[in-house]
Order: sequence, then structure tokens, then C-alpha cells
Amino acid sequence: MSEASEGTAIDGHRTPVPMPVARFDDPHMQPAARHPVRTERLIALFLLVGIGGVAGFGAAYTINAAPWILAVTLGGGLAAMGFGLTAWGKYLMPQGPFVEERHTLASSSEERQAMAAALTERTGVVVKRRRMLGGLLAGGLGIFGVVAAFPLLRSLGPLPGKILDETDWRKGIRLVDVNGRPIHRDDMQPGGIVTVYPNGLESTDQGQAIDQTVLIRVQSTDLVTMKGREGWGPEGYVAYSKMCTHLGCPVGLYEQELELLVCPCHQSMFNVRDGAVPQFGPAPRPLPQLPLYIDTQGYLRAQAGYDQAVGPGFWARTSTQRQNGTA
Amino acid sequence: MSTTEANKPRTLREAKKANPYGRVQQAIDELDDRFGLAKGGRTFLDKIFPDHWSFMLGEIALYSFVVLLATGVFLCLYYVPSQAVVVYHGIYKPLDGVRMSEAYLTSVNLSFGVRAGLLMRQMHHWAADIFIGSIVIHMARVFFTGAFRKPRETNWAIGITLLILAILNGFIGYSLPDDLVSGTGLRIGYSILLSIPFVGNYLAVWVWGGSFPGTVIIERLYIIHVLIVPLIILGLLGAHLGLLVRQKHTQFPGKGRTERNVVGSPMFPTFMAKTTGFLLMVTGVLALLGGLAQINPIWQFGPYQDASKISYAVQPDWYMGWLDGALRIMPSWEWTGWGHTIPFEVFLPAVIFPGIIFNLCYAWPVLERKMTGDNALHNLLDRPRDRPKRTAAGAAMVTLLFMVFAASSTDVLANFFHISLNQVLWFFRVAVVVVPIVAAWVTWRICIEMQGVSGVGQRKRAMVVSRTASGEYVAVPSEPRPGDEHRELEATPVPTRIELEPETVGAGSGTTPDAAGVRRVNR
Repeated sequence: MSEASEGTAIDGHRTPVPMPVARFDDPHMQPAARHPVRTERLIALFLLVGIGGVAGFGAAYTINAAPWILAVTLGGGLAAMGFGLTAWGKYLMPQGPFVEERHTLASSSEERQAMAAALTERTGVVVKRRRMLGGLLAGGLGIFGVVAAFPLLRSLGPLPGKILDETDWRKGIRLVDVNGRPIHRDDMQPGGIVTVYPNGLESTDQGQAIDQTVLIRVQSTDLVTMKGREGWGPEGYVAYSKMCTHLGCPVGLYEQELELLVCPCHQSMFNVRDGAVPQFGPAPRPLPQLPLYIDTQGYLRAQAGYDQAVGPGFWARTSTQRQNGTA
Repeated sequence: MSTTEANKPRTLREAKKANPYGRVQQAIDELDDRFGLAKGGRTFLDKIFPDHWSFMLGEIALYSFVVLLATGVFLCLYYVPSQAVVVYHGIYKPLDGVRMSEAYLTSVNLSFGVRAGLLMRQMHHWAADIFIGSIVIHMARVFFTGAFRKPRETNWAIGITLLILAILNGFIGYSLPDDLVSGTGLRIGYSILLSIPFVGNYLAVWVWGGSFPGTVIIERLYIIHVLIVPLIILGLLGAHLGLLVRQKHTQFPGKGRTERNVVGSPMFPTFMAKTTGFLLMVTGVLALLGGLAQINPIWQFGPYQDASKISYAVQPDWYMGWLDGALRIMPSWEWTGWGHTIPFEVFLPAVIFPGIIFNLCYAWPVLERKMTGDNALHNLLDRPRDRPKRTAAGAAMVTLLFMVFAASSTDVLANFFHISLNQVLWFFRVAVVVVPIVAAWVTWRICIEMQGVSGVGQRKRAMVVSRTASGEYVAVPSEPRPGDEHRELEATPVPTRIELEPETVGAGSGTTPDAAGVRRVNR
């Protein structure tokens, strides 16, 4: 700063302007506080509380104190210190108002033109004469960009294939609860509900996610929930996919009196007796039903897999139902 | 600053006179030799910050982010992003013997087994909620005062991008503990990706590395949460603040304030003290919240390993509420045909709706420029009442978002008011259309009315009515209140130096002691 003489400063990058000398009795340099000494003591008190709090946090941490003690010491200490420092800045430091001139961000029109000229003229000389090289470079980078996306995306996972369409339910698979215990015909009373999985998959992620099925006993005689589903509900046992057709939340709430399955996420309601057709809410489709039968020992088994993809809709989901039993 | 033999100081007093700033001067000389920072540094210290309470909203966001980084590093030391299934045998007895993922186990251990772990975890969560909240309020301030206008449109766009990234990272961070509720949130996220036509099933399967839940999603989300998004946020934050410094602050119109200047208090020491104090206060409040106000008690939810158990009202963090509400009130319009399905009941509210909202935000500065034909540079802020149409549009947007946000608690509201869920649902379906229109009209009307009132927004001074001896009544405005006196000062340029009091410099400096009253600020 040797080139700037005393009492002047370089205003931005342009004109030197004389800068004023502030005096302590200049009102701009006065603290805002009406009682500076009292204010100073108050601020000191806050800072002391802050010191105490932060030191207290150290002690509390050392003796492994309860979270609320850690919070009060650390939070109270930091907040008190911050309050003191802010008050110091607000009441005891020069408030101004001071003024700073804005310098226009814009360059002069000559400077703008010079940049435009540099860009266009050099492009004209260097690039336009070598169009082929430019094209090759652009093509190479473009191809690289496309090719780079392949490993980035494709290696992330498998192709969707049948992942979204199929569950592990097959003909003859036993229904088991979360502990792997098979469900017997006498296990449940009308009004009972249990979540079931294909035997052997009850503790796998796959079983938990896509195969989860809700088994409800509605009445004690065979139940036909829809035309074409004769014999799917032996002795009043009906099973539906537990994946909501809206967003795949587990449809875990059962309103026993109305025989409604309710999704806890967005309150879609499905009538159990009538094929789980949505009665309310944003779910667009009935929950797919799993056809059941009771084997000779009295245990519940699936007649077949689900006749359609379970869970929420997606582009590749076919609207037509698959033939029953293919699964 | 080498000194020749001739003018070498011989006494301490001479030395002091030659170099009154002592070691500070030496340090600056050394630094300036290497980095040439004296000139820019001086300008930086003199940088003027206009004072207004609403300018601290962005600071809350910035300091919450600092807290997020600090507490996040702590959490990284103990959290293991793994979906490997393990059995819990830890301090928290109700979960003893329960199968869970390693991510959930380490999150629970972090809460109970690590010193100050629960405090740090909850601080992190509170900081995330307040980070996003302060961004939203800061954004509203910038919108309603017209601070986004030329030349600051780019910074407005960067701000929106920061908001989107903050929401994204908040959602991802919420999912990392792999508890029952966050797992359900992830399941919803998977289904939303699925809903995108043509590519949805590829996207969902590739992001999750297979079917839901798979085995890799927590690891992938972890690296996105702790490295990729924070890095982008840091970069954009640097650009946001860099542009702020380059283009300088906006300010409200007032005495001595013009389009060509900035009036306020200087960076050093006033603003620095205030903002550092504010950093400490924000951190302190977050620590108090983190230790005193329970948030996201994952040990009560249980692990996602038994996903079928979920049975109560599932609600995400507040900043996802508007999307959840939109999903709730959307009619079930699934389209099927030609062997394909488009789940509009998901795609419209969860993908198209936020897309429209954010793009509208991005486009607003351009739209407003087109509509008003105003292409000028603006450094002075608008009072919202002076721009009734913009203020009305903002009010419509805020109320729309608030209505869809409120719609995310349809079940809670129905339960609370003892009315049917169907009535609540239809109320919101109507309200999201009607309320913003009404709010816009009322706001517009209020703005117009306020423009007609003189002196609105200024503190009123009492009129003192006195009766003269001749029986005449005179009304005189009272003295300005103590707090207002300050504003009566004319703005003055930043002083280069402060004339020191004689006794602090020493005798012989040539100045005579000043009159009484100067010692007040001698500290």
C-alpha cells in the first residue's frame, strides 16, 4: 500500500478518494448502548456463563452424563457465548451507518467487444480452418460421454426382467408365519389376521418384501370373493398380497367389523370380502388374491402363485391378467 | 519494509512512531509479500453489511449446514452402512435377540452405547430439519422483496438447487438408520421411481441393484449422503456466497441508501462479531434441541427386517410432507392399455407436481422480467406491498404448498376432529385449488390498501398537543424513540483510521487531549 499516501485509499480499482478520519466522538463510531459500562458487565456475564457451560460439557462428557445434561451444558454454554458476542457486536461496536459505493460489475463496451473479438476471430482462424479436427474431437468426446454412461448405469443392477412381476408363491407352497410355523385350519377364528410367507422364505428380504401376504379368516364357510375365484377361500380363509397397489406399503391395518384392510401410509381401504377392491384412497387396483387350499393334514397351501404382478404400477406392468397357475 | 541505516529508529518511541501497528504490521507485511493480500484484505474488512433481521435467515441455513458437517463426521465414526443381518445383544433390552441390519444396529448403538452419541444423532437430525426450513424461509424473503431480480437471477437458481439437494439429502439421511419407518419411506421412493413411464422399472431396479430392498441400497445411499451431495452443496454454497460478495448485498430503501451504494455496518469488527455470535447461538440452540427434544426414536420403530409390522400413521420428515400430502389427495387414476401401465396416481403428484413447482421457481425471474418488461439492475429491495401481483403470486404458492403439506395428516385430522376421512380428503382436494386463489386475491387487496396509507411500516411518533398561553393548541411530533435515533444518522464512508486518544499513543504524538466524553469507547 506504499503508493497510497496517508489519508487516501484506492477506491476499488479506479479513482483515489480521500478517506475520512473517524474520531471517537463521531456519532457513527458510538456504541448503540446507552449504558456501555452496564452493557459490558452484562456481556461479560453471558460470556462467563458460556465458559461455565462449555467447561461443564467437558465434565458431563467425562462422567458420561445423561443426554439432557450434555445438551444443557453444551447448548446453553454456546448459546450464552453467542449471545454475549452478538451483543458485543450490536451494542459496543461502531454501528455506522457506514456507506460503501457499489462499483458497476459491467465492463466497458470496448472490453466487451474485445472479448467477443477474441472469441470469434480466434475461432475463425484456428477452428474454422480445421473443421475436420474439431468434428473428430467433438465426436470422440460425445461417444465417450455415451459410452461412459453404460458402465455407470448398467452395472448398477440387473435388467428388470421378471423381478417386478413374479413372487415366490408356487403351487403347493405352505403358508407359514414369520417364525416359520405353518398355518393349520384350526389356528384362526373368524376375524383373525396373520401375515404369511412362502415356506422357507419367511426370514429373507425377498420374502419380507414382495412375497408378504396377509391371511384373514372372514367366516367359517368357503368364501368366493369374486366371480371366477370359486374355491380360492376354503373355510373362509382368504389371502391377499400385503403390498399396497398404491406405493407398496404393507397393508397392515385390519378393521375387523367392516372387514376392511387399511394401508397405514395413505389410507387406501380394501374390502376383504369383495376381492380387496379399493373402497377409499389413492390405490388404483385391488390387492391380488392368493388362491388357497387345505391339504390332507389340515394345513393351508397356495393353489398357485399370484395371477398378476403385486404392488404398485409401473410402465412394463401388463394390464391383462396372467393365466391362473402359471406364476 | 526494509529500513535503511539512515532512518533506523533509535528509541522505542521512534520505533513505535515509524511502525505504530507493531507485530500485526509485520505479519501483514510477510503475508503481503507472498500473497499480496493487503489491498483485497482491507476491502474485505471494510465490506459493508446492511442490517435487517431478515438477512440472517440465510445465515441460519449456513450455520445449520456447519453443524450438519460437524455432527455428521461424528456419526460416520460409529455408523456402519451395511444391510448384513445381525442379532442385537446390546444395551437396549427391548430389542435383545432381534434380527436387524448392521446399519440399524450401529444406529441404535450410536444412540445408547456411544458417549454423547444420542445428542449428536439428534442434533444432526434437528440441524437437517432446520437447515431446510431456514432455506425455505430465506427463499421466501428473497422472493417477496424482489432480491432475485437482475443481476441476481443466477444466485436465485443456485439457491433453489441447494434447496433440492438439501431435501434429497435429508430424505436419504433419514433412510440410513434402516428402521421400520425409514424403510417404508424407501419403499415409497422405490415405487415413485417405478411410476416413471418408459424408464421407471430400469431406474428403480438399477438404483436398488435388484428388487426391493436388496442388499446394496444402504451402502449406495450412504456414499451419496456423506460425500457426493455434501460436496455438491459445498461447491454451490461457495458459488452462492462468492456471488453475494461480488454483487454485494441488496438493501431496503431508506435514508442515504441508493441503488449505487450499500449502507450498514462493516465486516470487521461489527458484522464479524455478530455473525460469529450467531453461529454459536445456532449451534447452541441445535444442541439444546438435540438433547432435550426427542426426534426420530428409531429404537421404538424397530428394524426394517420385519417390514410387515408397520401399523401406525407413517409420516415423513416435515419437508417431505408436501409430496406425501399430494400423494394422499390424488385420485386413483391409473392408466392401462396396450400392455402397459402408467400409474398417474403416483407419477403426477410425486414426480410431475414437484417438477412443476421447482421449475416455476427457477423460471420466475425470467417470467417476471417478461411480464413487467423490467430489465434494469436492482440493488434496492421492494417492499412486498409495492409489488401486489408478485406478492399475491407468492402468497398463492405458499398457501398451495401449505395446503398439500397439511393434507399429509388427513388421518390425524380426521381422528382429531372426529370427522370422516372422506370429508377431510375432499376438503383438501377443494382447498388446494380454492385457498391459493383466495389467498392471492386477499393479499393483492391488502397490498393495494397498504399503499394508500401514509407512513405505513414506520414507527409512529406520538403527537404532543400543547396549549399556549393565548389558548392556542399546537400539535408537535414527539422526539424519536431511542431505537430510532440511530436511523437519523447520515451514512458516512468507512473511516480509514480512528484518531486515537493521546494517552494510548504516548506523549509527543502532537495531538492535544480531546474534550470530555471521548473515553466512552476506549476498549
